[in-house]
Amino acid sequence: MTTLTLAKALGLGLRRALEDDPRVVIMGEDVGTLGGVFRVTDGLQADFGADRVMDMPLAESGIIGTAVGLAFRGYRPVCEIQFDGFIYPGFDQIVAQVAKLHYRTAGNVRMPITIRVPFGGGIGAVEHHSESPEAYFTHTSGLRVVACSNPQDGYSMLRQAIASDDPVLFFEPKRRYWVKGEVDETLDLPLHAARVVLPGTDVTLVTYGPLVSTALDAAAAALADGISIEVIDLRSLSPVDFATVEASVRRTGRLVITHEAAQFGGVGAELAAVITERCFEHLEAAPARVTGFDTPYPAAKLEEHFLPDLDRILDAVDRVLGRQNSLTGWVASA
Amino acid sequence: MRETVSADNELAELLGPDWVPVQLLTPDGDRVAHPDYDPWIADLTDDDLVALYEDLVVVRRIDTEATALQRQGELGLWPPLLGQEAAQIGSARALRDDDFVFTSYRENAVAYCRGVEIAELMPVWRGTALSGWNPFDVGMATPAVIIGAQALHATGYALGCQKDGVDSVAIAYFGDGATSQGDVNEAMIFAASFHAPVIFFCQNNQWAISEPVGLQAARPIAGRAPAFGIPSMRVDGNDVLAVMAATRIALDRARNGGGPMFIEAVTYRMGPHTTSDDPGRYENPAEKAEWAAKDPVDRLERLLAAAGLLTDGVRERVASRAAAVAAELRAGCLGLADPEPLTVFDYVYATGDPELERQRSQYSAYLRLFDAGQFGDAS
Repeated sequence: MTTLTLAKALGLGLRRALEDDPRVVIMGEDVGTLGGVFRVTDGLQADFGADRVMDMPLAESGIIGTAVGLAFRGYRPVCEIQFDGFIYPGFDQIVAQVAKLHYRTAGNVRMPITIRVPFGGGIGAVEHHSESPEAYFTHTSGLRVVACSNPQDGYSMLRQAIASDDPVLFFEPKRRYWVKGEVDETLDLPLHAARVVLPGTDVTLVTYGPLVSTALDAAAAALADGISIEVIDLRSLSPVDFATVEASVRRTGRLVITHEAAQFGGVGAELAAVITERCFEHLEAAPARVTGFDTPYPAAKLEEHFLPDLDRILDAVDRVLGRQNSLTGWVASA
Repeated sequence: MRETVSADNELAELLGPDWVPVQLLTPDGDRVAHPDYDPWIADLTDDDLVALYEDLVVVRRIDTEATALQRQGELGLWPPLLGQEAAQIGSARALRDDDFVFTSYRENAVAYCRGVEIAELMPVWRGTALSGWNPFDVGMATPAVIIGAQALHATGYALGCQKDGVDSVAIAYFGDGATSQGDVNEAMIFAASFHAPVIFFCQNNQWAISEPVGLQAARPIAGRAPAFGIPSMRVDGNDVLAVMAATRIALDRARNGGGPMFIEAVTYRMGPHTTSDDPGRYENPAEKAEWAAKDPVDRLERLLAAAGLLTDGVRERVASRAAAVAAELRAGCLGLADPEPLTVFDYVYATGDPELERQRSQYSAYLRLFDAGQFGDAS
């Protein structure tokens, strides 16, 4: 057991993958000498060589597209996209090639490509550096889409993503890169299993990535009010481990979903729909979503309003509990 | 028709002496000497020339038969390669088995050369499958429909060959239209940066559906590659010998660590873009007639005839081979069964997905209701 930041844990995961399998190659912008803009690949090129940790020209379609060719040749490329907002130039290669080649070739061609994407806001960055593009990829069959929330998951899930014979979009919450946690290298968690982070009885609160810790803060605050919140870290956004969420909602009867991505067509919309379909008779209230607004990601000085925080989450908890909330209005004497 | 960037006279001026396509075989079937290219095909025997002729005739017949199958309603679509036989045969016959080919959707002659079973050309166009062959059996990837995507795949594959320390080469086929795509340009940048053993083979057939090449390129396409640090050749794409020589030059260079190379095979799409296209709306009859006189099959036939190689025996053998391939194609097409409904769920992931399994079992149960007569006739 070692205590590491999320960034270091991810770097360790990459290091172990490079050690274990000579077919693993890391590809990206600035991943070599610099060690990545977030230093996740720090030291890897020095230890494994420029042939395995490759600084690529600044073209995302080029990075993903050449990874496809390497996968044809039997390699297991791990691509780093520098920032969430930069993934769009590589979108076509991801959704039209990486996602579909296995299906298109009736299983003859495998695409064991991992695409790492630092995502989300909260670091006061400029435009295109704080986005949450995960829903675009969950809508495409053939891709696995996951988001880690802590150093242990960062390490374990990244190892599994690289080992997976399916392509994996691997989202890393950049505002959590510097948060420390214990990492057990022997711990093996299934890649697409959700995790109950905190058991509770009154409300199921589902989230992933950067908001897991915010959700835990909200649960702690609610407990002071006598409300018991069960916090679930979804971990895999496609496919979703609905069974874990269903089991929880059957017990609590109430569901709140929170993510940084915009609401419309987001992961929360799918969760709300599926859980309503499958648990309708167990629900005491309509599921509530607490998300980024349906706006472009705003300027840094506005992001505290855009990003779901503890109070917005608690407001939704009040809503599903039928307590006074921002939609019903507050009664002064209540 | 939209305004093109270069009027014909301007283009001729731009081409200049350096960009006249290399030709070893004239439309009249005369062999033209070229000091740089000749050595690369000096080994071709009379039998080799006859074999190339057979290839040209057979793939033209494949094209004719498939077009007929489409017109008869047996295929949903077909992209003819009429006029481009020499570009595809000359290049593909230069490859080694351990080279790897990434193509667009029009390279059926390349697939033929790679040893793809004739019947395996059909499922995609009949709509029974998304691909027809296992890429690893023949060293040729499933064709890419989004033009240009495969140029990057070839470059990545070439990087893999380089890492593996083998002298296999990757080749990407694309058309003039694809050179407008970012992916082709990114592929050239990546290939040059890493010195990847990849050949970019552009069949400039003058048309991107209805758009003339002038709309894609204000200068000869082969002229772009040098600016990426990639040497290029511009050859007569209707001259199977020039194409073969150029491809061999590029292959040899790539195998020996020379890095990528770009070939522009200047040819002409004599038919429609696909069987759904109506070239009557945009093509220039005079231009087409001019290219018809430069036919790739005719010119090799003339060479063989002049050399006394086109005996009745050869003619018969080639004709019977073409007929046999056509029959195989037709039988293969008509013999394709519709896929089983539940196979729609197969191969989405290499490893399972419980949610997809749920959809499969629900749909399976739904279909069984028809079998049980509860919803009426499922057929």
